[in-house]
Amino acid sequence: MPSALPIADPAPLDGLLPASVVTGASSRNFGVYLHVPFCRVRCGYCDFNTYTSDELRGAKRGNFASQAIAEIALAQSVLRDSSVPERKASTVFFGGGTPTILPVSDLAGMLHAVVETWGLAEGAEVTTEANPDSVDRDYLFALRAAGFTRVSFGMQSAVPYVLATLERTHDPERIPLVVQWAREAGLQVSLDLIYGTPGETLADWEISVSQALAQHPDHISAYALIIEDGTKLAGQIRRGLVAMPDDDVQADMYELADSRFSAAGYQWYEVSNWARDGAFRSAHNLGYWVGHDWWGVGPGAHSHVGGVRWWNVKHPAAYADRMAAGLSPAAGRETLDDETRRVEAVLLQTRVRAGLPVARLDPAGRTAVAGLIADELVDARAALAGRVELTMRGRLLADAVVRRLLDD
Amino acid sequence: MLQPASTDPAFIRNFCIIAHIDHGKSTLADRMLGITGVVSDRDMRAQYLDRMDIERERGITIKSQAVRMPWALDGQSFALNMIDTPGHVDFTYEVSRSLAACEGAILLVDAAQGIEAQTLANLYLALDNDLTIIPVLNKIDLPAADPDKYAKELASLIGGRPEDVLRVSGKTGMGVEQLLDRVVELIPAPQGDPNAPSRAMIFDSVYDSYRGVITYVRMIDGHLSPRERIQMMSTRAVHELLEIGVSSPEPTSTKGLGVGEVGYLITGVKDVRQSKVGDTVTNAQRPSTTALAGYTDPKPMVFSGLYPIDGSDYPVLREALDKLKLSDASLNYEPETSVALGFGFRCGFLGLLHLEIVTERLEREFGLDLISTAPSVPYEVMTEDKKQYTVTNPSEFPSGTKIAHVSEPMVRAAILAPKDYVGTIMELCQSRRGTLIGMDYLGEDRVEIKYTIPLGEIVFDFFDQLKSKTAGYASLDYEPSGEAEADLVKVDILLQGEAVDAFSAIVHRDKAYAYGVLMTERLKKLIPRQQFEVPIQAAIGARIIARESISAIRKDVLAKCYGGDITRKRKLLEKQKEGKKRMKMVGRVEVPQEAFVAALTGDVEKKDKK
Repeated sequence: MPSALPIADPAPLDGLLPASVVTGASSRNFGVYLHVPFCRVRCGYCDFNTYTSDELRGAKRGNFASQAIAEIALAQSVLRDSSVPERKASTVFFGGGTPTILPVSDLAGMLHAVVETWGLAEGAEVTTEANPDSVDRDYLFALRAAGFTRVSFGMQSAVPYVLATLERTHDPERIPLVVQWAREAGLQVSLDLIYGTPGETLADWEISVSQALAQHPDHISAYALIIEDGTKLAGQIRRGLVAMPDDDVQADMYELADSRFSAAGYQWYEVSNWARDGAFRSAHNLGYWVGHDWWGVGPGAHSHVGGVRWWNVKHPAAYADRMAAGLSPAAGRETLDDETRRVEAVLLQTRVRAGLPVARLDPAGRTAVAGLIADELVDARAALAGRVELTMRGRLLADAVVRRLLDD
Repeated sequence: MLQPASTDPAFIRNFCIIAHIDHGKSTLADRMLGITGVVSDRDMRAQYLDRMDIERERGITIKSQAVRMPWALDGQSFALNMIDTPGHVDFTYEVSRSLAACEGAILLVDAAQGIEAQTLANLYLALDNDLTIIPVLNKIDLPAADPDKYAKELASLIGGRPEDVLRVSGKTGMGVEQLLDRVVELIPAPQGDPNAPSRAMIFDSVYDSYRGVITYVRMIDGHLSPRERIQMMSTRAVHELLEIGVSSPEPTSTKGLGVGEVGYLITGVKDVRQSKVGDTVTNAQRPSTTALAGYTDPKPMVFSGLYPIDGSDYPVLREALDKLKLSDASLNYEPETSVALGFGFRCGFLGLLHLEIVTERLEREFGLDLISTAPSVPYEVMTEDKKQYTVTNPSEFPSGTKIAHVSEPMVRAAILAPKDYVGTIMELCQSRRGTLIGMDYLGEDRVEIKYTIPLGEIVFDFFDQLKSKTAGYASLDYEPSGEAEADLVKVDILLQGEAVDAFSAIVHRDKAYAYGVLMTERLKKLIPRQQFEVPIQAAIGARIIARESISAIRKDVLAKCYGGDITRKRKLLEKQKEGKKRMKMVGRVEVPQEAFVAALTGDVEKKDKK
């Protein structure tokens, strides 16, 4: 069961944006996110907006690319009608779901539409997520030929029984292979890992970390497993079939990963993300944290343009109906007031290494920084230089740090 | 039918029913109302006499009332006044005043269970008041009834023959008419001097939101009439009698009340404190010089702090207590603040049941959510510089000066149980610092065990323990029995070095360690981990007697954001901040409100057992 949409205002059917979004637009990057809401099977931990073929209620994967291309056209006219200055796309990101479940020609077609519509900025980052078992050498070469620069593989773990608990279908032995092909194709490589799976030991995790590092990827994400309500795994935990991941064990795993990654030359730049050097950070993901603009295309995709956030109808069938009728697929939106934007800035920028400018805090928040330094959650040197930067301990307690910075 | 105000005392019978909580008193009373015709079947609400919802649910009577019923025997009309008595140990004083208004009592015992400790206590009070006792076994229609066995038990207790014990069923009505006949035959008519200055004893007063205080009286001497000016002999306050009458069972005004009659007075006063149980009412113009014996001011014996869970409900709580006070003369309270619990009231109660009833009424009738602190009793503390303190709250326990001695209220407890449980009960009483006074066998298999025990031990979970250790068979009654010195200390519970006032307790030195361990372990389970280590300590003065610690939380971060769904992330933050608002700060430690409640009620161990 995919998670619920936020409760907010209804979005207008023409998708038109308020005049306020124009302010400062030229200082913000513009990105495009394409959500491909299909998977062959649903993994036990996943509550993303994705559907297996049984769940599509008449929507067809084969029609998806043309619907997404229709939304890209709609996006262009909405932004124009709302007088937002045209910007080339700095980043394009295909996520899901499993984007690579589609024929590579579909991905190429959608990317082509983005390029035709807005053009790509100099050095643009174009990424797709991929399952190790849904791509082969030809597919990866075709991606590169279509203009993709980067692929992010869902490796998750190198330990078979951990993958089994997660219900991931790929063989861990396939990782070196797909990484090798991607390199040959000329793509940057990122590996996604998950830690804290029920039953996974610290030793298991160390194996996964070592295996990931052995591939010399450009970028690594390591996410603590979150048990979301309504997932199969949550049900198994409720019935006592598997154990709830332990926070202290997850903390140990995070510390282990960070020390191994650092030793291998990877630097953290966001709580759950490490890169070989600055050039390999995910510009698209950073855009979320630092408040750039992006248009989210596809069912359930979220967008942000100049302080307005909206999200599309979730089901592919509902999305197909909207696109067929020539209407905006947006289901709801919210226009952030100044204080909410400030709160979001604290919430999001605190998580990145570049940190939050102390000036964004209110007087109580600035005072709270002193306590956070004393508790060794915030780096003293950075704070004296005017930035809130999390320490190792602070990264593990980032949500608590944010609450203290925003305490009123 | 005999008219009130002019009934010859020779044809009046005043009686009450002495019974244990669920032995069927209310059902029998209802049946009498039906048989004598004062309540038609159609109007019959089950258990007519118990008006308050709580009374009905718990099957106990809190406030007594009196009903006048007609009955004829051998062609002569009689007026029977049935005076309902509260059935619980906390209300011994009120019971004694109700008994003093009667000449006789029906001793009602469940034919399947036999007599219980409270009934014995009330029976003792009735005999002490020279009441004629009519022994009756109820519920003889039950399959488990063993009337022969319990008839013997009753006969051996009060004298007489087992055959004289009446057998009735309030439920079916069997034997109830014979019982009414027996009341007329056996219970003496009231005696009094119709020409003496009027004297009436108040045996109950009830607040009614429409009519003000309704005072229930038993006329001893003389006569009271509408519009005359009356005087309360304890306070000398003078009121005008706006209405005088009898309940049958709805209030019916009359031309007055004469010797031996039972009825009600309305003067327009709004507070039951102006119409105190046990006080004597006389005529203001021609007052009596001698008040009736037996009047005392009820003294609170159990104290507890009541706090609204939502701090903004404090004014509602104040108003609710003000309202309850109008109908409950024995309720005492004053404002109190607690670091942990905020603003509330320190309340004094007659006993544990009284405490429970008051908190339940506050929650039910006024929609309040309350926390009550552990019940405490009044201690007399003498310091070495010869200063005396009465301590009803651990926070008042003198600190800094040396304590010369502390004395605590004692009670005489009577526990009635099947003989198989004697060992268990004695063990419990010994562990609660009890001293055995004696043991009496009632019949073959039941024993009355008498102990002197500190009241402070009784109010702390004693009754629950007694019930659970005896499969519910034991019953308990107790009465105040002076004070005794004891080695008592105040145990504080500290979070990160700060005392949490709500958890301080005055306990015997031998039990201080156990209390400290209990509370520190409870809190360790209840308080969420913080961003730093939190020591939890129990201390007597500066000396630490128990210690636990909550290790610092290490992870409090959501790993990712879902495809740019920042809205979801922000809502989560708002929810977390909302959660934090419900936390109380003890120093730097965030403690959820529920943790205080659970620590005070012991819900932790209960949950563990499940």
